[in-house]
Amino acid sequence: MSNWEILWSARDQFWVGFLRTMEIFGLSISVAFVIGCALLYLLEGSRPRLTVPLRVFIDGMRMLPFLILAYLLYYGLPSFGIRLDAWWAGVGALAVYHGCYIGEIFRGSRITFPPGQVEAAKAHGFTKGKMFFRLILPQIVMQTRPLLGNQLIYALKDTAFLVIITVRELTAAANSLSGTYFIPTEAFIVVIGFYWAVSVVMEVIIKQCGRFSAKRGFDNA
Amino acid sequence: MPDANPSTAGHRENDRSGATAVAIRNLSKSFDDVEVLRDVNLEVKKGDVVTILGSSGSGKSTLLRCINWLEQPERGSIHIAGERIGMTDEGRAMSVKALARVRAKTGMVFQGFNLWPHLNVLHNVTEAPIHVLGKSKHEAETHARALLEKVGMSHKMDAYPNTLSGGQKQRVAIARALAMQPEVMLFDEPTSALDPELVGEVLAVIKDLSAEGYTMVIVTHEMAFSRAVSDQVVFLEKGLIIEKADPETFFTNPSTERVRKFLERND
Repeated sequence: MSNWEILWSARDQFWVGFLRTMEIFGLSISVAFVIGCALLYLLEGSRPRLTVPLRVFIDGMRMLPFLILAYLLYYGLPSFGIRLDAWWAGVGALAVYHGCYIGEIFRGSRITFPPGQVEAAKAHGFTKGKMFFRLILPQIVMQTRPLLGNQLIYALKDTAFLVIITVRELTAAANSLSGTYFIPTEAFIVVIGFYWAVSVVMEVIIKQCGRFSAKRGFDNA
Repeated sequence: MPDANPSTAGHRENDRSGATAVAIRNLSKSFDDVEVLRDVNLEVKKGDVVTILGSSGSGKSTLLRCINWLEQPERGSIHIAGERIGMTDEGRAMSVKALARVRAKTGMVFQGFNLWPHLNVLHNVTEAPIHVLGKSKHEAETHARALLEKVGMSHKMDAYPNTLSGGQKQRVAIARALAMQPEVMLFDEPTSALDPELVGEVLAVIKDLSAEGYTMVIVTHEMAFSRAVSDQVVFLEKGLIIEKADPETFFTNPSTERVRKFLERND
């Protein structure tokens, strides 16, 4: 049996790992998006007592290697009496970490948001919450679409780190097969194929979304 | 429920009953150490058009922006249709909600249009009526279509702002403000950002509104327009109102030397 035939016969393991990776990725990036939106909302307006700690938190996360955050949540939290299983620790770490990145992406775009539009909203009787969700956030998301696309790909690749905290995702499947049959090159090439395929699909989707925003004059298509 | 028919909306149809739409009393405002408004008093009657003239930096835009509390004055009071804006009667700052509610009684048109680019023309106009006034989608859209018709933009209902000319944007912005059925329309140099050949179409719309009896306060540099539409012309100089007159008197026989000079230069 050739190496490739071995891998083909073990395709179920790849498939299970792939599904698990997609599950973790899908859930964590969705939560990360919500966290990013929440951070942007909380940074709205001048509340220095909130702004400073939030900025410190965001920057702290961005300066932390992802792997260490995953370690902390999985191996560190139990010493505070919080025990997460590997899957939840992984999702949590990804969500918070990339949530902070997304928050920072949004913040950068918010700085250049035309103040006149906020004034127009105020003049039309909008209060902060509705103004944020109906007028500011949709535009910020359209404006930052290419950066969000990048972040999706980073997040996807970061799921591979979770093999270290024993999550049985795609990279773990390859790792285990390569260890069992001593065929690391082929096993990891298969995994790369998976990551590439998902990334390419995401790229295409994000590009398509660009048509939506380009039509509205957000010239980032 | 508010009347959805724009021609009678906000009971402005030739309403010269003498009721006060905007009352500004003893208004003062500084930016840092610079006094931009000094003890300004102004009354705008329902159905009246007041234009505010003055050179750059005279405080005219600031005065207009105080009316809907985009700028907060340090002293004085402003009432919109009898209701004080910004402060409670006890002199405390209004709650955010209360302020938004009083603000919704004013409609503002900006120099830079400030349309919301992610919404098409129709939705720019229906956005605030639906999400601020709580109108139904159907009611808001019916009203919006009529208003877009009025400003000559009904053919661009589905277009996005980035595809419109400046004059078209401003006409949509006017419809957007009218959709709030405001007690008073505030115009902050509505034609100053327009190419010269587009100024006319916007002024024509505003003139139509004045003929329909809308209450309007307009900051402008367009002298002929001011003369044509105003019931009252106000001249600001260094934050002081130094001349307040009907347009005929203002433009032919102003009482101050400053205004005479201003008019000569702008002839």
